Amino acid sequence: MNLKLIIYNSALLTMIYDLIIIGAGPAGITASVYAARLGLKFLVITKDIGGQAAASGDVENYTGYQFITGPELAAKFEEHLRKFSIELRENEAVIDIKKDDGGIISVKSEKNNYFARAAIVASGKRSRMLNVPGEIEFKNRGLTYCAICDGPLFKGKDVAVIGGGNSALDAVLQLIRIAKRIYIVNIASDFTADKTMLEEVKIAKNVTALHNAKVSAIIGDKFVKAIKLDIQGIDKEISVEGVFVEIGLIPNSEFAPIVARNKHNEIKIDSYNRSDAAGIFAAGDVTDVAEKQIIIAAGEGAKAALSVFKYLAQPGKLTNSGAVRYS
Amino acid sequence: MAKSVKIYSTLTCPHCIRAKQFLKENNIQFEDYDVSLDQSRAQEMINKSGQMGVPVLDIEGEVIVGFDKDRIKRVLGI
Repeated sequence: MNLKLIIYNSALLTMIYDLIIIGAGPAGITASVYAARLGLKFLVITKDIGGQAAASGDVENYTGYQFITGPELAAKFEEHLRKFSIELRENEAVIDIKKDDGGIISVKSEKNNYFARAAIVASGKRSRMLNVPGEIEFKNRGLTYCAICDGPLFKGKDVAVIGGGNSALDAVLQLIRIAKRIYIVNIASDFTADKTMLEEVKIAKNVTALHNAKVSAIIGDKFVKAIKLDIQGIDKEISVEGVFVEIGLIPNSEFAPIVARNKHNEIKIDSYNRSDAAGIFAAGDVTDVAEKQIIIAAGEGAKAALSVFKYLAQPGKLTNSGAVRYS
Repeated sequence: MAKSVKIYSTLTCPHCIRAKQFLKENNIQFEDYDVSLDQSRAQEMINKSGQMGVPVLDIEGEVIVGFDKDRIKRVLGI
């Protein structure tokens, strides 16, 4: 008996789920609610509950709620999720996903190996890092990726916001009434944020915009004291006590090299949420779906679960795209 | 006897809101310090935790940075 067979047999002895859902943001939670209602035997593995929605500010575009905060909406999602008795592995990160010759999908986390006939990757996105010296050292020691969380701690202080898009300008707008002086460090020659935000920022008296500016290091002792910049070849140092990094998001798809991804590392999916590997589906911000919104991620999670249900019933049929009829 | 629980938070911080919700759901009484309004409490939090991120929980002297649900449960014995 070869080793592979032994491993496979022990997998059979442990448990093969119908479905493993990776992530519990809006997409993963909605997929779970659908999977529970469809009676699937499934497992949810996730680092946290609520995903980016839980760290969002005010939400005014989730139908049914004219106004709700991100954490409140995430709490509603969690409540809905926990209404069903589901198997949930919280605070657990997935590090690999594979398929064996028999088509069984194995999901490896930091803690365990799990097996299933199908998987939905709904692991979302995370903040992009600057990758400069001092960034890791000073994280939460003046450097933060969450302006809405930590902004108020910088009352009366000089701060820098790194970025030039909507999330950066959103951070600036939150800080205008809190910080003493705000430097916007933008790597491009102009902002890419929405006009309305730019107009608000322009009239603020305590904001200085630095374009064509690249952060080269974060410096300090116990806490941040300054940032080093490279502005078109000229080195400049600015004294700040706070650094807000808002340079966009990257998909949490590193653990899934088995599926095709686009140049942004988003998992490529079709209109049934299928990746190019049969049995592996994906939903929400980790995918190449056109827009990244809470309501879209939730809808995508529902679609993915329904597709999985049909795939499990007739795997052969669903892999034949175009031949499948969805009710 | 109930353990003394302090939470250093800001009104806008999502993880603070979730942490407080969690404590309430488990009927844990706590003192809430809004560090965006109270500079001396903000400094106290920074001294205790050696960092500036919120929330920070102080449960009978054990300092927990962030909404680390498992650790909070363990320290509170719930």
